[in-house]
Amino acid sequence: MALVIDLLSWSLLSIGGIFILIGGIGVLRLPEFYTRMHAASLTDSMGTILILVGIMLQSGASLATIKLIAILVFMLLTGPTATYALANAALLSGMKPGGSAAANGED
Amino acid sequence: MMVLFSVFLLTLLVITAIAIIRTTDLFVAVMLTGIFSLLMASVFFILDAADVALTEAAVGAGISTVLFLGALALTGHNERSLRPGRWLAVPVVVAAALIVYATFDNPRLGDPEAPVHQHVAPWYLEQTPELIDIPNVVTAILGSFRGYDTLGEVFVVLTAAIGVMMLLGTRHGSAASPVRPASASNGLRHHLIPRVLGRLLIPFIVLFGLYVQFHGEYGPGGGFQAGALVAAAIILYALLEGEGPALTVVPLSTIAAMMAGGALLYVLVGLAGIVLGGNFLDYSVLLSNPVSGQHLGILLIELGVGVTVCGCLLSIFHAFAARDIH
Repeated sequence: MALVIDLLSWSLLSIGGIFILIGGIGVLRLPEFYTRMHAASLTDSMGTILILVGIMLQSGASLATIKLIAILVFMLLTGPTATYALANAALLSGMKPGGSAAANGED
Repeated sequence: MMVLFSVFLLTLLVITAIAIIRTTDLFVAVMLTGIFSLLMASVFFILDAADVALTEAAVGAGISTVLFLGALALTGHNERSLRPGRWLAVPVVVAAALIVYATFDNPRLGDPEAPVHQHVAPWYLEQTPELIDIPNVVTAILGSFRGYDTLGEVFVVLTAAIGVMMLLGTRHGSAASPVRPASASNGLRHHLIPRVLGRLLIPFIVLFGLYVQFHGEYGPGGGFQAGALVAAAIILYALLEGEGPALTVVPLSTIAAMMAGGALLYVLVGLAGIVLGGNFLDYSVLLSNPVSGQHLGILLIELGVGVTVCGCLLSIFHAFAARDIH
């Protein structure tokens, strides 16, 4: 049983790590601001969920799991909101989706 | 493994610091400063300094970023190009080389034989369970053993806030300035998603602040962190709903009372020690049982610290925000 949990949790952790890696590559490689933000939000959502669930499996039924659930809920609420605020601010400041040269590389 | 993490984080710190120096866009610099603080908090946490990490994360990455952004709204986004002469590099390099040379005499990181671990720290660790009997030795040291230092820190924070208020010349003590244009005081009112989320999170932030405040004797935390957290919740409210509603919730008169009242409470607890026959800031005489007296004293002065820090941060924020409009 412990082996199954270990296998499950390590595969979740690894897949989460891969998602974060892909997100990082995407932020660097994608052509413009909105697509980069899409890549960044991938690390926020998929990466966080998978890694936190992986750690939860490791910690078992304990107080740490409840704290991890709280962190997960917090991340799931704030991540998309931050992405929304970022996209909205970019749109209001006149950045058009699809324009490849208009991207500023700071984000 | 921890060494690997530390080296990784410290490398990122250096990279961030170089990026802060090299960028000319002040907005980017502010964001990088926030990242720097967050990395610093992680380093503190790896070094088992949870109390400091909490402060760094709440103040450095949270509130000071907001204050910097408030200052940026007053100044402008780009650094003035200033080209100092090349010769200026010489003293900088010499001084840096001297500092690096001086660090060779430092004890190794985490060396148990280092003077800092041999001087008074063992005494604190031995005596805290006996004299004060709380699990978090950091709080015992800050609140009781080194109560004078913490008192000084509280007054430094208070003085800083008063200085900011005098520099920015806020005279909006009378009513909630009716001349304010509606668009500027609305905050993010037309953004539904952040508002709903903010309303959802603010109660929990305040609750966590209170937990950090009153649980500081048992876990990491205390007045400074709690004050910063509660102030962050109210500043978040001000950012989402506009400054006017935030001033209705916590008016400026209340903020001023908090600033002065917290420091006053600290001093009064100290004076109560004298009145009851002990020394200034000696809590053992507050109650018949010295250990309970210490508990009461630490609880009260932490409350004073939290209230003052919260009031000071809010007053600085409102000073910037009110200035923003003119």
